[in-house]
Amino acid sequence: MLQSLWENRVPVAAVVLFAVGFTTLLLHRNLLKKIIGLNIMDTAAYLFLTSLGYIAGRKPPIITDGNTDPSAYVNPLPAGLVLTGIVVSVSVTALMLALTVRLYERYHTLDLDQIYLMAKDEEEEKR
Amino acid sequence: MKKQTKPKLSERLRTWDAGSFDLTEAIDPDPPVPVTEYDLRAEDLPPLARLGDRQVRGFRRIYPWLAAILAAVLVTILLSAVLDLPPYGAAENPPHNEVMERYVARGLAETGAVNTVSGVILDYRAFDTLGESHVLYTAATAVLVLLLSASGGRDEPPSVRRIMEGDPILRNTARVVVPIVLLFGVYVILNGHLGPGGGFAGGAILGGGLILYVIAFGFEPMEKLISGRVYRRGITAALCFYSGAKCYSFFCGANHLETIFQNGTPGAILSAGLILPLNIAVGLIVALTMYGFYSMFQRGRI
Amino acid sequence: MSFAANIPLFSIVLCLLASAVSALLRARAAAWVTRVLTALVAFGSVLVLLMGIKNGAAVTYQMGHFPAPWGNELRFGILEPLVSGIFAVVLLSCVVGGNKELQRDIEPAKQNLYFVMVDLILATLLALLYTNDLFTGYVFIEICTIASCGILMIRRLGRTTLAAVRYMIFSLIGSGMFMLGIIFLYSLTGHLLMPNLKSAVAALWASGESHTPLMMAMCLITLGLCIKSGLFPFHFWMPDTYGYSTPCSAGILSGLVSKGYIFLLIRIIRCVFGVEVFYASGIQTVLYVLGIAGMIVGSISAIRENEVFRMIAFSSAAQIGYIYMGLGLSPALGTVAAIFHILTHAITKPALFLSASRLVEVSGGRKRFKALQGAAHRDPMAGTAFAVGSLSMIGLPLTMGFIAKYLFAFAAFRENRLLLPTLLALAISTVLNTFYFARTLIRVYNTRGVTPVPPVRLRAQPGFAFAAILLMAENIACGVLAQPLIEMLTKGLSILE
Repeated sequence: MLQSLWENRVPVAAVVLFAVGFTTLLLHRNLLKKIIGLNIMDTAAYLFLTSLGYIAGRKPPIITDGNTDPSAYVNPLPAGLVLTGIVVSVSVTALMLALTVRLYERYHTLDLDQIYLMAKDEEEEKR
Repeated sequence: MKKQTKPKLSERLRTWDAGSFDLTEAIDPDPPVPVTEYDLRAEDLPPLARLGDRQVRGFRRIYPWLAAILAAVLVTILLSAVLDLPPYGAAENPPHNEVMERYVARGLAETGAVNTVSGVILDYRAFDTLGESHVLYTAATAVLVLLLSASGGRDEPPSVRRIMEGDPILRNTARVVVPIVLLFGVYVILNGHLGPGGGFAGGAILGGGLILYVIAFGFEPMEKLISGRVYRRGITAALCFYSGAKCYSFFCGANHLETIFQNGTPGAILSAGLILPLNIAVGLIVALTMYGFYSMFQRGRI
Repeated sequence: MSFAANIPLFSIVLCLLASAVSALLRARAAAWVTRVLTALVAFGSVLVLLMGIKNGAAVTYQMGHFPAPWGNELRFGILEPLVSGIFAVVLLSCVVGGNKELQRDIEPAKQNLYFVMVDLILATLLALLYTNDLFTGYVFIEICTIASCGILMIRRLGRTTLAAVRYMIFSLIGSGMFMLGIIFLYSLTGHLLMPNLKSAVAALWASGESHTPLMMAMCLITLGLCIKSGLFPFHFWMPDTYGYSTPCSAGILSGLVSKGYIFLLIRIIRCVFGVEVFYASGIQTVLYVLGIAGMIVGSISAIRENEVFRMIAFSSAAQIGYIYMGLGLSPALGTVAAIFHILTHAITKPALFLSASRLVEVSGGRKRFKALQGAAHRDPMAGTAFAVGSLSMIGLPLTMGFIAKYLFAFAAFRENRLLLPTLLALAISTVLNTFYFARTLIRVYNTRGVTPVPPVRLRAQPGFAFAAILLMAENIACGVLAQPLIEMLTKGLSILE
């Protein structure tokens, strides 16, 4: 058990972070903290993915001195995938922050429960 | 907070419903929130109890427990799965298969890129990256929709101005740093196929440099370079070039035709076929989007 | 390779180009770009479909100069172009039919951006249908999420923005899980390409090694897509999302976007997990149970609702339940029924949303049922479209809904699995459906206590009339001529693997 924990130390750290981020995103009521949770969750996933490309004792996948022997470099594919993932994360964060700005300008609070209550009141008043 | 009582709320919110689209009108002339966030005190926030919803209050009480339990359960489940995975860093793990071997062994010959990762994302798996730049574009459009105000935007909040204006340390540092940052960004973009770097990293650096410049000197001088029109046209042109070029390359590849792009000498700046122009297009998109995000958040227009 | 094999690539790139160019155009021009684009995509899909029928086998299309495990790949047989064609036509009718509301709900300077998003959604739907690579699927799922949020929050009501936040939170949790599932699978097998994954998963399952992570990966991917498509109990974002967005967006989100995710799930079950592994894992039972729960809970919530849009939204939750019930029921006939129901729902729901918004419009803009008294007489076209849609949702003969329900029951009979619960669930849910749709129909056709006003002419709303007639015609045509459609689905499903 302990040995396999150590063998998989990076994925273990990643899933712990993932769970923390996931819980924050799902349950926290402050919108900004939700976004932070989202970022933790995404980062954890990327940490996991990056760790899959790592091979102990090898160099980064940039061909040096014309050496194209695959056993000299780490796996380049996860790095490429993570690059894609990071862009997704940036985009989603920007969008969520923009939504937050708009909600804040309207309701002057970041608390989702309060926003929900106010939105409900607003709906009632309109009827 | 008396402003949160019901009739007042509706009054304040009415300006926002159909017919009036201006974001700035929705902001109170006398905002309940102090001008700078540093002045915000806990008692300025409306107490939840006054809003009064039993459900919500009950949920708040159990929230810490619920969160802790959920996180613990998730960790346990995920850990049980992770412990069975192949060990970290071992050379015989499943991902290090024939796919990886060809990327490294033949990547230089097939794509001309010394940086294998660039070769993977811009040539082997270019369709993913095509999608990726459109993710950024979609988000930029969505932020534009959310924050662009109909009245042509607002100026920066006075608080931000006050901090930025006449700060000699910021200005003088920026004077030195910004050109270096921009130059470095361009270098990273152009170097994408030769070494660490590429359009995404370089574009982010460029965007950071632009933002730093704007923080130090304000938006007015920057508008000569990047106006709203330049921003939109730049992004559209870069995306169209990207999609068009990649479509051509996909089409040729699928039908086993030769493309007009040559791989050239590996290691030379003008090599690796499409990768360099694609990196430039991506860099342009990323830099403009980063700057656009900042500008939209700061003043509601570009 | 025939030229038609290039069409899926061209369709996707055309959508991306159109979206990029639309950012510079005026709203009217952007709207026309979208219309022409959807029509072209639908036409192209027909050509691909004909090619697929002629070949009788799936075509893989290499994206670029490198073959599949190294490069990306598209794959299409019969099912994908069929679904994409229907999606494109539905999208066209949404955009044309909801145009009036678009102009009302969205400020003029941003209307072109709406069409940017719609073009992107079409591109992602096509990519989700055609892709043969799991990671490409993830990238396009994310575009779809952001663009869906975009067409939702473009309406500047406070409630809509709040709905958008909720939608995003659920979607992001879903895509996070999907991503983590892909990472698990990649860690175990080292592949991202669907056929390679499938053989690797089958070998791993048979060897019994790493059983927990494999199950975890399957659960995470399935769960992520279930959350994103709004299966019970993850349907809480639905009523607000569909109820407060502009009708065109509601139609697109409920009819197409969530269906795109389900279709991807079907692809993944077939082409990644493999039918044998997936239907031995027990996940299908969970889907079946949740599907039935969704059918009943969704319908009960719809009955308790007193606003027409939210009622239709809850009914969507129930219909998603049907689809998952079919998926859980059996890999062959049950899945055919599920796909047929995907098409039914994709055609019917937008018609309901669009016509309901017309009915609300002629009733002074009030969404409560009470205000809708006699609305069908004020706008006969909207009344007819609403009636056809409702009857299809209830499952009356001549409509697609009837065939879908028949197929579910047929699947349960034929394969003699879970016969009693399936029939019982179908019966209960049909009664509940009938209850709330008939109630609404009676309300909109009953003129008691309403002063008659001259009905709205067709000529006054050509866009809506076009959309309503198109969707009704599709519904009835597919309901009457269901046999060839079902044959195509069965054949398409068999060559999907």
